[in-house]
Amino acid sequence: MSAKNNPIIEIKNLYKYFGAVEALRGVDLTVEAGKVIVVVGPSGSGKSTLLRCINHLEVETAGEVWVDGQRLNEKNKNINEIRAEIGMVFQLFNLFPHLTALGNIILAQRVVRNRSIAEARQIGLRQLERVGISEKADVFPGQLSGGQQQRVAIARALAMDPKIMLFDEPTSALDPEMIKEVLDVMLALAKEGMTMVVVTHEMGFARAAADRVIFMDYGLIVEEDTPEELFNQPKHERTKLFLSQILQH
Amino acid sequence: MILHSVSQSKEFPLALDPIAESAKRGAPSLGRQQDPLTGRLSGFPWWLVAIILILIWGAYFVLTTTDYREAFDFIIRGVQVTVETTIYAYVIALVIGLVMGLGRVSRNLIFRNSARFYVEVVRGIPILVLIFYVAFVASVDAARAVGLDPRGIPMQARAVAALAITYGAFLAEIFRAGIQSIGRGQMEAARSLGMSYGQAMRYIILPQAVRNVLPALGNDFISMLKDSSLISVLAVRDITQVARLHAGSTFRFREAYTVLALLYLSMTLVLSSLLQWVERRLHVSQK
Repeated sequence: MSAKNNPIIEIKNLYKYFGAVEALRGVDLTVEAGKVIVVVGPSGSGKSTLLRCINHLEVETAGEVWVDGQRLNEKNKNINEIRAEIGMVFQLFNLFPHLTALGNIILAQRVVRNRSIAEARQIGLRQLERVGISEKADVFPGQLSGGQQQRVAIARALAMDPKIMLFDEPTSALDPEMIKEVLDVMLALAKEGMTMVVVTHEMGFARAAADRVIFMDYGLIVEEDTPEELFNQPKHERTKLFLSQILQH
Repeated sequence: MILHSVSQSKEFPLALDPIAESAKRGAPSLGRQQDPLTGRLSGFPWWLVAIILILIWGAYFVLTTTDYREAFDFIIRGVQVTVETTIYAYVIALVIGLVMGLGRVSRNLIFRNSARFYVEVVRGIPILVLIFYVAFVASVDAARAVGLDPRGIPMQARAVAALAITYGAFLAEIFRAGIQSIGRGQMEAARSLGMSYGQAMRYIILPQAVRNVLPALGNDFISMLKDSSLISVLAVRDITQVARLHAGSTFRFREAYTVLALLYLSMTLVLSSLLQWVERRLHVSQK
């Protein structure tokens, strides 16, 4: 990618408090277009909150979030336009249970992107094929396995032609045998040059796909490096401790 | 569970010969289950049979007794008013309830508080008092405000307004509960795709919420049909009012009020079986 020095996400001194809980305590992060960032850290370290601030599902207490040259804030009336450029995949899939797999993918294309039914349908089928479950187009989410649901959720996000994809622990709610099918889709996406910010505990995915790994603890970015460096030669004590706890299993 | 049934089947030889017994029934059995006939008899809706017998008994009297037939012929003329009033009022109450239910969960301070205010006020006043108030105070004021002669507003319209305002508050709470029964993730997923709050409500939250509260909405329709009897205090000629008139002029109180009660019973019975059918169909289509 030629856009090596083109930050698509810029986070400056971000604070987020939930009442007395300090989820983020001054986070700076820059993500260039086309890069894959994996965020790791113990639970409660602020990883998910950071991710949710990027598409303004959480409103920052202080600091700035810039996406594609636009600052997100409460008065930003085109927040919906910005969100349409940011795909998000949730831990619990959050498919719409009253719509079929294809219906899930078509809806936002129609009402947000104003695409025709035929076009939205065509794109939807193509995205389902891309995640490898085109045969499930007319099935309702309740009849799909967790892995299939998550792949539909990814297809739903991709159908909007997002510039950025956010993944919030996409495999944490899956049975072990289904994790791979979702990670494979994510790996393929990373190879195609999608800008991705991924919160995950899958260290294998981080090694294979990440340009940078970020270790967070207590609402701060403790360490940020390439996966090789961070996993093999962590510089910070807390990073070492966390990695040793994970790798013991 | 498995252990439990095993221990039960161990007791089996003491009571029955399992092989002969299961051959007789054509299926393996797990211990002391009810035999199919007893099961079917205890699951049978005997209460429904009783109600239907009562209705048949009433119909028999209407067909064979002059006093009952006269009462029936007189009171049946009020059915149209009762049904019309209920349907109009319910449709308006649905609209009010939906708007106020959205208000109850709104982040807009004024909208949210207005909705709460409406619900609390209406729920804090007896229906009968509300009917008097709407019919003789509020609708008079409303008519004057738009420059109409209050006497020109028919009592049935006032009755519809009163019932709609009352039930709007009940339905608002049902819609609120339905909206809140949908997990936060649904709204977040919709918003993360770029949908506005309104679009997410319309396409994602409400379709699921309404489906969840359909039984409650149906129950309130039946309740409203029954509460429509209260509008007889406005001299609207619904079946209750007509029955009172008949009883008052003929002194056939027993006949008039028996026919009246049975009419309400048959209407609510038809409605509730209709509801059950709709619910079952929805349940099937959801699978």
